[in-house]
Amino acid sequence: MRRFPSRGVVILGIFILLLIENTRTVSAQVEAGKEQGGDETQIEPSSDGTSRKWKSFLETLPFELHGFLEARGTLRTQDDPHESKTATLGETRLQLHLFKALDWAKFRIKSDFLYDGVVEGANIDLREANAILTPFEFMDLKVGRQILTWGTGDYIFINDLFPKDYKSFFIGRDDEYLKAPSDVLKTSFYTKAVNFDFVYTPRFNPDRFIDGKRLSYFNPQLGRLAGEDVVIYPRKRDEWFEDSEIALRLYRDIKSYGLALYGYNGFWKSPVGFDPQAGKATFPRLSVYGLSARGKVWKGIGNIEMGYYDSRDDRSGKDPFVPNSQFRFLAGYEQELAKDFNLGVQYYLELMLDYGAYKRTLPRGSQAADEYRHVITLRLTKLLMYQNLKLSLFAFYSPSDQDVYVRPNIHYKITDHWSAEAGANIFFGEKDHTFFGQFKDNTNVYLSLRWSF
Amino acid sequence: MKAYYWFSFVLFLGLLATPVQGEKTLPEAQKAGIEVMEKSQQAFYYPGKDMKVDIRMELVTTDGKKRIRVMTMLRWNDPKSKDQKYFLYFREPSDVRGMTFMVWKYPLKESDRWIYVPAIDLVRRIAARDARSSFVGSDFTYEDVSGRNIAADTHTLLREEKLGDRDCYAVESVPKEPIDYVKRISWIDKTTFLPLKEEYYDVQKELARVFTADKIEDVATAEGGEQKSFPTVTKRTMKNLKAGHRTEVTYTSVSYNVGLQDNIFTERYLRNPPERWIK
Repeated sequence: MRRFPSRGVVILGIFILLLIENTRTVSAQVEAGKEQGGDETQIEPSSDGTSRKWKSFLETLPFELHGFLEARGTLRTQDDPHESKTATLGETRLQLHLFKALDWAKFRIKSDFLYDGVVEGANIDLREANAILTPFEFMDLKVGRQILTWGTGDYIFINDLFPKDYKSFFIGRDDEYLKAPSDVLKTSFYTKAVNFDFVYTPRFNPDRFIDGKRLSYFNPQLGRLAGEDVVIYPRKRDEWFEDSEIALRLYRDIKSYGLALYGYNGFWKSPVGFDPQAGKATFPRLSVYGLSARGKVWKGIGNIEMGYYDSRDDRSGKDPFVPNSQFRFLAGYEQELAKDFNLGVQYYLELMLDYGAYKRTLPRGSQAADEYRHVITLRLTKLLMYQNLKLSLFAFYSPSDQDVYVRPNIHYKITDHWSAEAGANIFFGEKDHTFFGQFKDNTNVYLSLRWSF
Repeated sequence: MKAYYWFSFVLFLGLLATPVQGEKTLPEAQKAGIEVMEKSQQAFYYPGKDMKVDIRMELVTTDGKKRIRVMTMLRWNDPKSKDQKYFLYFREPSDVRGMTFMVWKYPLKESDRWIYVPAIDLVRRIAARDARSSFVGSDFTYEDVSGRNIAADTHTLLREEKLGDRDCYAVESVPKEPIDYVKRISWIDKTTFLPLKEEYYDVQKELARVFTADKIEDVATAEGGEQKSFPTVTKRTMKNLKAGHRTEVTYTSVSYNVGLQDNIFTERYLRNPPERWIK
């Protein structure tokens, strides 16, 4: 995310003017309609908040333009001794999505312009800027900034090593922001027997990790919770071609069962390593090999996925500042229990390899992680009022870490253009150093209003 | 004791076989009912080798508030079976624009469904068992959109009568398993075999939903080197009488036999919609 304060604000301002103009036109039309004694159909589709003028303006453009304007606020439900502000988010966001299809390629730019009252700054978050080409019948190329997802987990990722934005996720942004963009070249090959994706990242794309700003976290070097007092500035991995990543997927369907093999060569996506001499967090080297299967099981959809995390900078497990290699496993099941009511459950296991070496070399006084980390998740979704009201709950519970993370959410589509959302991010934990437990001072509630066009 | 088990086993097999024998000895009215419904399903859900259509749905509440759904639908019939594949590209409302939805439909078992969410590049399998679930929040169910298994109901030809100026068969269909309605009466046009009207009765035996085919157009196409035309319902309405809600659907740019291939209905095009077909 780069800072373009003045430009961001100007663009936002223009947009708000457009919006006001648009609303004014609509109300004028409504008034006119009333005077004529006409019914609503005469002035459609103003009943849903968008004038024909606006719609026809969009249609005259030489490209497709869509997006939304959103206001969103998040409040901590308790004081956090490590963060000065009660609000974790107070942002106005404009997303513009431009799309153009030509005979030989498709182009897409999606950019967010945001102003955040909490950090008192404007930002531009360019989420997509890419071209899709089909040089051969059996091959697609997608070049540029894009969002990438694969794998079978629900909010749990094993073989998907594309960047995540946990900060956005935890502070109550829309869940689309859990995925951060990648700058890559994606090549896909399609054959009768098998399909193949090859993603090359010339320069490492890390997660948008929890760094102490906005959210407090457990700092293992200090052995305590920390926040804006100890912001993490990791040693950068930003050498073109040297700090590159490769991700592969080989997949096919057999009778509508999706099977896939994965490979990854790159780095831990968050700065989980530490260089004691420099006193800096690092992104150690990592390779991952895995597989997944998904399809009909019993009365719903089942999936399994596993991955071997080869922590290449600490294969023996003796380096206390670099995570050990791991084995990760996931099994999930989802079913529609009743009309418009869905249940999803997952079991996830993270097994630390060479645990003995880890225990032996762990610095004195450090909190030891468990050899097995178990996590169970639950998702409940209920749609009501012609699917315009969505109630959902997602919960993570780790019996080994004894911590919990719950995400309740209510989303209501007021009209085709307006929607409102309220929800919370609730953390519990016995201990400060566990994955969800460390965020317990960050428990928050959020509210948002969005106008889409 | 062993003999007793054997006896129950044979009895069990006998029970299994009973309905099969029953088929042969169906009353005339039921045989005629099945025949009409099979022809109707063919005319309504299966015409052509494939189909491409732009769909506009208006979801209207009692107080006249409207929500709009606009999508392009591609349908492909498996030439070797009664299986079908559907591809949907959503255009409106804007929050779902660019989403794609794919269904592999099998007449006798549950469909496979996938959805693609472009904002997060996510392909999901949908665990929707209930074909009676509403399609995109409308008054139409998934079954209404892609057809209901004929063998799931007992059909009886009630009478032949005129609906407006059209000669129709009136067929009663009673679901064998309990679902949200207990009886459906369909008026099937004698010449086109399209359903012109359907009445759905709920558990209280009261009229709950009404389907009407409001406009039928002949869509010309070439098939096997000759010109043909498929009568197509281009305007239809489903009214929920109890909720006062209704959904009006308009088909535009309907075309058959456009040359869709099986390979369109795959993850590749779910993630990267085929511009040629959805334009």
